[in-house]
Amino acid sequence: MSTTDRRSEEIWVSGTEEPEWAAHATDEGAQRMRPVETVERLKEQLGTGIVDDVLFDTDVPEDERMIINMGPQHPSTHGVLRLQVELEGEIVRRVKPIIGYLHTGMEKTAETLTYLQGPTNVTRMDYLAPLHNELCFSLATEALLGVEIPPRAQAIRVLMTELNRISSHLVALATGGMDLGALSMLLYGFRDREMILGFFEKTTGLRMNHNYIRPGGVAADLPDGWEDDVEEILEMMPRRLAEYDDLLRANPIWLRRTRDVGIVTAEECLAFSITGPTLRSAGVAHDLRKSAPYSGIEQYDFDVVVGERGDSYDRYRVKVHEIEQSLRIVRQVANAMPVGDYKTDDRKVTPPPRKRIDESMEALIHHFKIYTEGFKVPEGEVYVAIESPRGELGCYIVSDGGAKPLRMHTRAPSFANLQAVPIMLADSLVADTIAALASLDPVMGDVDR
Amino acid sequence: MSDEQTAPNEETADEAVEERALPASPVLAGLIEPFEDALWGLAAGQDVVTLPKSRLGEFGTAARQAGFEMCADVTAVDYLGKRPVRFEVVANLLSVAHGERVRVRCPVPADDPTVPSLVPVYPGANFFEREVFDMFGIVFEGHPDMTRILMPDDWEGHPLRKDYGVGAVPVQFKAANQVI
Repeated sequence: MSTTDRRSEEIWVSGTEEPEWAAHATDEGAQRMRPVETVERLKEQLGTGIVDDVLFDTDVPEDERMIINMGPQHPSTHGVLRLQVELEGEIVRRVKPIIGYLHTGMEKTAETLTYLQGPTNVTRMDYLAPLHNELCFSLATEALLGVEIPPRAQAIRVLMTELNRISSHLVALATGGMDLGALSMLLYGFRDREMILGFFEKTTGLRMNHNYIRPGGVAADLPDGWEDDVEEILEMMPRRLAEYDDLLRANPIWLRRTRDVGIVTAEECLAFSITGPTLRSAGVAHDLRKSAPYSGIEQYDFDVVVGERGDSYDRYRVKVHEIEQSLRIVRQVANAMPVGDYKTDDRKVTPPPRKRIDESMEALIHHFKIYTEGFKVPEGEVYVAIESPRGELGCYIVSDGGAKPLRMHTRAPSFANLQAVPIMLADSLVADTIAALASLDPVMGDVDR
Repeated sequence: MSDEQTAPNEETADEAVEERALPASPVLAGLIEPFEDALWGLAAGQDVVTLPKSRLGEFGTAARQAGFEMCADVTAVDYLGKRPVRFEVVANLLSVAHGERVRVRCPVPADDPTVPSLVPVYPGANFFEREVFDMFGIVFEGHPDMTRILMPDDWEGHPLRKDYGVGAVPVQFKAANQVI
């Protein structure tokens, strides 16, 4: 039975009278389909009926079932993810992701930090795409403040986040390759990501956890000679992508490990709040950069990459093509980088420039106030969503008019995407667990926050 | 947050009570219309519907039929000492087909922290509702697995409540209080 059939309205519950269509379905002279799907079983597979330690296929003796924990310290679970897997021989019958091992209470912490300190906190959530987290938080704060961001700051934000998308997808490809035995992919991926991280370090001072995109703009202008660095990345990446394609695209082992493995259909993705490359690989052209553009990304030309089957291979291809599209955006941004300020000159948000502090006592007080008390944000609430490498990254901020948010909630894409695991893995092989999970690309920092 | 709920009370209350404020989008207006106790408004330009909590499940079903295929997010806010009704559950519904979003807010009193679950309509609300339960202690009725998701199972208290202190957990390492 394919995954789509399972979801259809017509369910033949074992032990009940055989419906008309079931007889029709076996007209080909083939053997009669075994009615294995009970209603509980279906709910289980849809994730709506998770009950622990209940065995559903009663015809299988209990001693042939095993509950195995993969993780939290398992090299291929990409962090501290624990999968409770129920096995029947080599076949996975049931999976329950158990999370929380990396929970550090960042949403609580955010309530004690000012809006200017906020990015230092959120940047640590999705550690492979820190700039996206910062951007999302900053956009939400700016929406409440109602400040205008100068064009150069917006272009820098797009440049940095798209480069970050490339570096994040490179890690996904690298670790995904490693999980299936393509160790060269791991080395290639991390080697090329290092180049982008090198550029980040030059610009922001740090390789990760940048605190670079802040409410009001960005922390610093691009460094001298940034054009050459970006040009180098733009020149190198297409060649490297060709290298990855040589390694993986038509590799028979890779194909057999990923083709038709971990399928999630479009309907399942929508029902289970799954976004990002996973949703697009199932054929839904939903990309927030197109449907709800932010930071002026609508001025640049790029395509939304979609897959067809929604399997692990499609997700791998979607990521490769998204790197290409991000390179396209980066090239356009680099060619048309506007001149001007890299942060807003709204004195409510941005402290006075260094020169003014030397001249004016008021400017010094102003500077001191912004960095100690922070700026006050008008009362209100806002939800801003951007397209992170893993899907819809949302930031919900409720302000009570003070300098610290009353509530800061992050809608983490990996957290929602993990709900795909029980669907993808029901009745698959143990080895496919690894392939499917790697293609889902969860980041535990994002899941647990 | 009076500016968000542009309820038609100031000017229009005398003339026509039946003229409710409805969004310009036909999809959203058609969804909200049958719910006479739903209050629509704009918050920072975004559509927000305030709804009595008892009707959340019903609204979810109607929203799914109206084309909001995805429940993008469920969260909650604790307004301790700021509002008469302490909690507010906030659900974000997304329509990929129509490219629209609506935020549903349901006030939840502290003495009865229960809300109908959205999981029967939107299975993807599962993890989000567990997180809200874990962090705020709000119980979603009809949820198939109302357990803690991020905190340990034996944890006491709900960390994101405002009366839960930030540094209230004693240090758990045995050697922490040792004098060297």
